[in-house]
Amino acid sequence: MKYVDEFRDGALAKNIAANIAREADPHRRYHLMEFCGGHTHAISRYGIADLLPANVRMIHGPGCPVCVLPAGRVENAIQLAQTPELILCCYGDLLRVPAAGGMSLLKAKARGADVRMVYSSADAVKIAQENPQRQVVFFAIGFETTTPPTAVAIKQAQALGLKNFSVFCNHVLTPSAISHILQSPEIRQLGVLALDGFIGPAHVSTVIGSRPYEYFAEEFQKPVVIAGFEPLDVMQAILMLVRQLNQGRAEVENEFSRAVTRDGNVKAQLLVAEVFELRRVFEWRGLGPVPYSALRIKAPFADYDAELRFEIAPLSIPDNRACECGAILRGVKRPQDCKLFGTVCTPDNPVGSCMVSSEGACAAHYSYGRFRGDDDLVAT
Amino acid sequence: MSTVKHNYTRPLDFKHGRVDMTHGSGGRAMAQLIDELFVAAFDNEFLRQMNDQARFPAPQGRMVMSTDSHVVSPLFFPGGDIGCLSVHGTLNDVAMSGARPLYLSAGFILEEGFPLGDLKRIVESMARASRDAGVPIVTGDTKVVEQGKGDGVFITTTGVGVVPDGVNISGERARPGDKILVSGMLGDHGVAIMSLRENLTFHTSIQSDTAALHGLVAAMVAAVSDIHVLRDPTRGGLATTLNEIARQSAVGMMLQEDQLPVREQVKAACEFLGLDPLYVANEGKLAAICAPQDAERLLQAMRAHPLGGDAAIVGEVIEDPHHFVQMETAFGGRRVVDWLTGEQLPRIC
Repeated sequence: MKYVDEFRDGALAKNIAANIAREADPHRRYHLMEFCGGHTHAISRYGIADLLPANVRMIHGPGCPVCVLPAGRVENAIQLAQTPELILCCYGDLLRVPAAGGMSLLKAKARGADVRMVYSSADAVKIAQENPQRQVVFFAIGFETTTPPTAVAIKQAQALGLKNFSVFCNHVLTPSAISHILQSPEIRQLGVLALDGFIGPAHVSTVIGSRPYEYFAEEFQKPVVIAGFEPLDVMQAILMLVRQLNQGRAEVENEFSRAVTRDGNVKAQLLVAEVFELRRVFEWRGLGPVPYSALRIKAPFADYDAELRFEIAPLSIPDNRACECGAILRGVKRPQDCKLFGTVCTPDNPVGSCMVSSEGACAAHYSYGRFRGDDDLVAT
Repeated sequence: MSTVKHNYTRPLDFKHGRVDMTHGSGGRAMAQLIDELFVAAFDNEFLRQMNDQARFPAPQGRMVMSTDSHVVSPLFFPGGDIGCLSVHGTLNDVAMSGARPLYLSAGFILEEGFPLGDLKRIVESMARASRDAGVPIVTGDTKVVEQGKGDGVFITTTGVGVVPDGVNISGERARPGDKILVSGMLGDHGVAIMSLRENLTFHTSIQSDTAALHGLVAAMVAAVSDIHVLRDPTRGGLATTLNEIARQSAVGMMLQEDQLPVREQVKAACEFLGLDPLYVANEGKLAAICAPQDAERLLQAMRAHPLGGDAAIVGEVIEDPHHFVQMETAFGGRRVVDWLTGEQLPRIC
């Protein structure tokens, strides 16, 4: 496959692996967090851990949109889906996320709710056009990558004069989540979590550019290397982080220069700014309430805001007490540290959200990496 | 001269007619549908007996029997339709024991309102598939359900066959050291079907690989009589099939990603849909496991057959108390190839 295979070349991977092994200082450890679920998935799927020396450890971050969606918002959507004659459209990964009492959109669907999986927000608009007598709600989630398409859908619905289309907005922001992690007591005071550098988001950065990360590099003295989602991208980014750390630098570097610029996609940013505004605070699964970390629909587009149209009330549903998704999303624990992992919580019957999406740390480890015994991955 | 008029039945209108409830009621309309469509298309000496059961000579030896229900949507897809699929599916399940399939039955659940023309196309496709395979459909059944209670047509087929003496192919016979082979390109059927699914229409030249595999199996058994395991990786793809065998045989497996035959177009479709070809359905492929010293001979026999031209040795059975199927990635790492979870859902970003 052109333009893809080049970035999955095993021989090149061995080269980079040799460079990492040569350059990594055996007297220190490198704790690198990949923020994005896309990177988590690539690391597990291609077995990247096998190519790294023992003192270079990858820590999975919270950048999985399905994983960080709190159960309360999923419950909101499930209740909404049970409204007679309403069609709820959502991305596929969301269907299996458990909410209160093990209920999920998939189970609600089996009980008669009209829940439809779509590949794009435009499909939801099309469904609204095709069903003028029924309310159609698009359950919008995701980081900056999926936000512009939601803005387009809202503007499209407005242009078409659709009265039966609305969006349940749950879009969240990457930079706020990174700050939140870096400011957490686990890193700043307790030292529970050693974190030396970040692999920065791929697709998110194509939209927001590399500039927003400059603050973290400067303020927290942590190097950031923006990387694509292909395995060679990840390997190269790890090498670049090792070099920065060895040289005592903390800069933003861009490995994904084939797609990411410093300013990002300005047109998309303007579109998002036109349709959305910051929420004062938003609850993240695992991170709790994070200030200014999510978007809501602006007043001029209020007609398309499902939260207003259906008077959706905030719900707070605590996670299962034994579930470690929170600590795993903050990078403090690993999937196999959770008592539920692989016992009552599996991809077929997920208890926590990290076990749902293939980008979730638990699902990725379960599906691709669980042949590695616990001894292989000693916490450091 | 008798004044009693001859019976006259207006022939079924295959151009504009539709299935209605009378076609399943047991009355004249049903008899007509059976005569003009099913018996006409499937015609064979057993069906012509017109009894509630087919009577046929029983061969000597061990018989196998398998049944399979077909609910594919859409009913017509590039490279096939539910008709030939329902014949191939069951023939292949019978053949995976090394058996020679002998007879088939077919049960139809039709939805009221289904166009008779489409039904005719489907039945003729079944008849063609059964003739090509040399395995007659000897008995059948038809039911009609009210509109909204079905999805056009569902077909259940059952097949019986006989296993040659000395052949013992079974899912629990994989042993550490055995080689794992596949008969050709993986994932064609699933991608062909997905290209037509609602909300997902994309253009592809990929055709379903639906095919009857008993000829290939016969050639394989002739070359290597002691094949340990045969299975066709349908729903859930090769990954799921190998996990089933690993559990049954209490072994592990190690696949080589760079040896897996997958078409570029299938790879590309899977790439943008967020799917893994290892989990995508096949309808005309098989996985075989045999002793290492037999592997090359088996591979050559497969490659010499028209349905095995792209056959490859893709991995090895290993000892593993956890019964994991693992894979050496082309990238140089290692990972689990797990059971399919739920339906394969696309990743969102």
